[in-house]
Amino acid sequence: MRKMNPQLDRHGHLHHFLTTEYLPKDILLHILNVAESFLPVNKREVKKVPLLRGKTVFNLFFEASTRTRTTFEIAAKRLSADVINVNISTSAQVKGESLLDTVSNLSAMHADMFVVRHAESGAPFLIAKHAAPHIHVINAGDGSHAHPTQALLDMYTIRHFKKKFEGLQVAIVGDVKNSRVARSQIHALNILGVNEIRVIAPKTLLPIAVEKLGVSVYHDMEQGLKDADVVIMLRLQKERMKGIYLPSSQEFYNTYGLTPSKLSAAKSDVIVMHPGPINRGVEIDSFVADGNSSVILPQVTFGIAVRMAVMSILTGQSK
Amino acid sequence: MNSKLPDAEVLISQLAKEMKPYVSANTGLIGIHTGGVWVASRIHKILGISLPLGEIDVSFYRDDYSKRGLNHTVRPSSISFDVENKEIILIDDVLNSGRTARAAINEVFDHGRPNRVLLGILLDRGERQLPIRANFTAKNISVEKHKKISLEQKNDGLLTFSIRTENEKNEPTAR
Repeated sequence: MRKMNPQLDRHGHLHHFLTTEYLPKDILLHILNVAESFLPVNKREVKKVPLLRGKTVFNLFFEASTRTRTTFEIAAKRLSADVINVNISTSAQVKGESLLDTVSNLSAMHADMFVVRHAESGAPFLIAKHAAPHIHVINAGDGSHAHPTQALLDMYTIRHFKKKFEGLQVAIVGDVKNSRVARSQIHALNILGVNEIRVIAPKTLLPIAVEKLGVSVYHDMEQGLKDADVVIMLRLQKERMKGIYLPSSQEFYNTYGLTPSKLSAAKSDVIVMHPGPINRGVEIDSFVADGNSSVILPQVTFGIAVRMAVMSILTGQSK
Repeated sequence: MNSKLPDAEVLISQLAKEMKPYVSANTGLIGIHTGGVWVASRIHKILGISLPLGEIDVSFYRDDYSKRGLNHTVRPSSISFDVENKEIILIDDVLNSGRTARAAINEVFDHGRPNRVLLGILLDRGERQLPIRANFTAKNISVEKHKKISLEQKNDGLLTFSIRTENEKNEPTAR
């Protein structure tokens, strides 16, 4: 599998970070371990290390994002890289330039890394395939396909609070069908070896043959959350709250919204995660989002350390 | 070859003795991973230093990162006291090129501005590549360039030096 993986170089080192699928367990664990070492850097007097000094990182966000783009920017800056945020909505793409022409032009400006978010699944793969060999590409979310750094920061959060992956019951709740986060999480959780991954959602919000991803399927919250160690809530995208997927957001909240009463089926030391931004009163109740079980804000903090780890592992293996 | 290696435990006592007159309530001890942390932890106890022991992993400050990548065994640095205006003593097991000490000094300054930074080591094998000198040295030693000396911790907690040719497994050594 290593040989065929477009993310790995011929030595089996990570060259691009595009998806958690098919990655060897030791690479995922290495990212988590390096992230652990970066965590204290973010609390110091000087929140910077010189690893990416002289490197140029382009944030190419073809789709809106605040949190992800900001944490990538902070991560790159804390590694001492120069960061350029390309504002796509006002850029040449709007004037008709193709994606690969945009990438070629940025490569000619001596880019070292592209952080790419795109509404089309596979766009970061296309860029990785055509970019100059010294350039590293990080997928910051493509269509409904993958969001590997989000998945890894979630793995970091789970390991931080639960100390291990073995034996854990992890429930993922909500719009799995349209969620790139859920796909990347499911691959990572399987590789890292949790006991059981459950997806809890109405049939309309589950991909066809979802059980082939290695998950158990539940349509009832109480059954699905029973004895869970970790609950990951997914954001219900506004455009999907009406029409063919769901009768209404209120209906979704009544059945699948995470309330203190539904959460009581899980273990007493359960942690509740959410990739953000959260829709209070749609997929999660404020009492849960702000409650003792919630680790939503630590997720954001860990996200910076995990992105620093991915960037430094990629560029450190470029030779 | 083994007979050339000194007893690490004896050297630790000597180093502590040499450092003692320089230690005050304002002294902060910082060990450099991995061997330096073991040594610093012993000296911290022997000299009864009141500030908690600091640990540094210089992986993020190494000058060979672009050639060799990140160290696979990188650990978090941890300095729980404020280094501002402190008398810092960095501790490492072996001083050679001086590049690790350079990286450690850079990292210390990213935690604040110490009053003074000193360096204490068990073994100085020379061959410096930077203008760096230890303030406290337990022993000078001369070994062939391609030999690597490293400190190991045995199951009983005792520290011992071992020597090996680069890319070879450690030769077991009597303490």
